[in-house]
Amino acid sequence: MYEGPVQDLIDELGRLPGVGPKSAQRIAFHLLAADPADIGKLQDALQKVKDGVVFCDVCGNVSAETTCRICRDPRRDPSVVCVVEEPKDVLAVERTREFKGRYHVLGGALDPLSGVGPDQLRIRQLLTRMSTRTDGQDITEIIIATDPNTEGEATATYLVRMLRDFPGLAVTRLASGLPMGGDLEFADELTLGRALSGRRSM
Amino acid sequence: MYVRHLQVSDFRSWEHADLVLEPGVTVLVGQNGQGKTNLVEAIGYVATLGSHRVATDAPLVRQGCPRAVVRTAVVNEGRELLVELEITPGRANRARINRGPVPRPRDVLGVLRTVLFAPEDLALVRGDPGERRRFLDEVLTSRAPRYAGVRSDYERVLKQRGALLKSAGAARRGGRPADLSTLDVWDGHLAAHGAELLAGRLDLVADLAPHIAAAYAEVAPESRPARVLYRSTLGGSQPEGVGVPGGPRADREVLEDALLAELNRVRPQELERGVSLVGPHRDDLDLALGELPAKGYASHGESWSFALALRLGAYELLRADGTEPVLVLDDVFAELDRRRRAQLAKVASGAEQVLITAAVAEDVPEELSGARFEVHGGEVRRV
Ligand SMILES: Nc1ncnc2c1ncn2[C@@H]1O[C@H](COP(=O)(O)OP(=O)(O)OP(=O)(O)O)[C@@H](O)[C@H]1O
Ligand SMILES: [Mg+2]
Ligand SMILES: [Zn+2]
Repeated sequence: MYEGPVQDLIDELGRLPGVGPKSAQRIAFHLLAADPADIGKLQDALQKVKDGVVFCDVCGNVSAETTCRICRDPRRDPSVVCVVEEPKDVLAVERTREFKGRYHVLGGALDPLSGVGPDQLRIRQLLTRMSTRTDGQDITEIIIATDPNTEGEATATYLVRMLRDFPGLAVTRLASGLPMGGDLEFADELTLGRALSGRRSM
Repeated sequence: MYVRHLQVSDFRSWEHADLVLEPGVTVLVGQNGQGKTNLVEAIGYVATLGSHRVATDAPLVRQGCPRAVVRTAVVNEGRELLVELEITPGRANRARINRGPVPRPRDVLGVLRTVLFAPEDLALVRGDPGERRRFLDEVLTSRAPRYAGVRSDYERVLKQRGALLKSAGAARRGGRPADLSTLDVWDGHLAAHGAELLAGRLDLVADLAPHIAAAYAEVAPESRPARVLYRSTLGGSQPEGVGVPGGPRADREVLEDALLAELNRVRPQELERGVSLVGPHRDDLDLALGELPAKGYASHGESWSFALALRLGAYELLRADGTEPVLVLDDVFAELDRRRRAQLAKVASGAEQVLITAAVAEDVPEELSGARFEVHGGEVRRV
C-alpha cells in the first residue's frame, strides 16, 4: 500500500477493465513522472468523454454530433442494418471492410442477472426505425451481430421473434465460426469478415 | 496413457514437488497429513479441472500464495504432451499445452484422462443427487471433452433464467406487472442446451450400466445385483428405453420438445417459487441393489462396493472406448476388506498406470508392488 493520492490513483486505475494491480501500479507511476502538459491532455480527454459525448439519434453509436458519421454517409446502404451490442462492436465490424450498410447499437444484451431486460436496450428504437424510411428506402435486411455467448444468443432469439412479422424483411445471424462464448470485438478481422459474408437467415 | 512427470508449485501444502513417474504401479507412502492426497489431487485437477475434495479453487492454493501451478507431462501412445495450469482463485485460470497458451483452460480436457477413487466417493452412494450428476458429467467430459462447453452453456442459461424467474416473482408479489416477454426465449435456450446434456447423459448411462453391474458383481459376488437408472425431470414423458442398455440412442430434438412441453406445464410453479424445476440440473442416477434403493438401505460395505463399482465401471468404459485412463486410488485399501482389496488389486495391476496413496504400506496388496515414494516433511523421495 502506498500513501495518499498515489494509492487512490492505483485503486481507481485497478477498477478499469483489463487492468490488474500490477499494471495499475505501473500506469500510476508513469503518470507521476509524466510531463504536466501530457497529464493536462489526459485530464481534458477524460472530462470530455462524459460531458461531450453524444449518442447518435438514429443508431445509438457514440458520435460527435446528433447523427453519427455512418448514418450521415449517403454511400452507406440504409436498407441493410447490422445490430450490435456495443459501440466497440461497430468498430470491429468496420475493421473487416466487408460491410457497407448501417448499424443499430443496442447498448448491451439481455442479462437478467444484471437486471437488463428488453426495456433497458434500444430495441423499441429499432422497431421505430423499421417503420420509418431513410433516404426513401425501407430496411430490407437485419443482420444480428450480437456476441456469440449466452446473453448474445438470447438477445438474437428475442430480436428474431420481434422482427418476424415485418413483411419482406430478411433477418440473418452472423455465420458460426466465431469462437463460442466469446466477444465480438476479440474476433479477428478475417474470421469476423467470413462470418459476415456467410451469414445465415433465421 | 501415463503421467511421466508431475511438478507442482504452491499447490496445497506443497511449495514445490517434482516427481518422475513410470507406467505400472506407483505407491506414495507417508503418515497422515504429509501431502500424499494433495499430489494425486493435482493430477486429477489436470484431468478434470476440478478437485475430488473441494468445489472451489481457493483451498488448492498454498496458504498465503497468490496462485498455484501444476505441470504434467502426459504420454499417450508414445506421444508426449506437456500440460501446464496456473490456478488463480478469483481470476481466470490459465493453461498451456507444450508451452503454447490455449484460449481457455477447458481446452486441455482430454489430454489426461483419470479415474480417481477416494474415500470421498462414499458420497456417490449416500450423498445428494448433485454428487451423482457430477460423476456422470465427469465421465461424459472424459469421453467427449466438448461436453465441458455444453455444461457451462447450460449452467449459464440456468442462472440467467433463474434471475428472471426471481425478479418476475418479486414483481408479482409486489403487485407490479412481471416482465415475462423474454421467458420464452430463455425456455427455448434452456431446452436446447438441456437436451444436449440430457442426451449425452442418457447415452452414457446406457453404455456405463453393464460395466457398473459387472464391476459390482466382481467386487461383491455374494450381494444382490447392482443396477443404475437415469431419472430425469421428464418423468413419464422421457422416451421409452432411452438410457437403458440395448435401448434406442437419445434423440436430442425429441428431448428438446419434451423439455419445452414440461417447462410449459410447470411454469406457474416456477414463477411461484422462483426456481427452474425442469432440466438435467435436477436429475439423478438411481442406484439399486436388487429391488431396494442403495441410498438408505445398503450396508456400509455394500455402499463402499457400489461406489467402487461406479469408478471401476467408468474405468472399464473408457478402456472399451480405446483410451487407457490413469487409475488413481487415494487411500482406499484401508477401507476395504480382504476380498475387495484383492478384486481391486486385480483390476489395478492390469492398468497402464496406477497411482496409489496409503498411510501404511502394508495396506497395499502385495501384487501391487512397484515404484515407491516416501512423502514426509514437505519432501517426496523415491525409495
Ligand atoms: N491450501 C493449503 N495450504 C497449505 N496447506 C494445506 C493446504 N491445503 C491443505 N493443506 C495441508 O495439507 C495437509 C493434508 O495433505 P493431504 O490431504 O495430502 O494428506 P495425506 O498425506 O493424504 O494424509 P492422509 O494419510 O491423512 O490422507 C494438511 O496438513 C493440510 O493442512
Ligand atoms: Mg490422503
Ligand atoms: Zn448513427
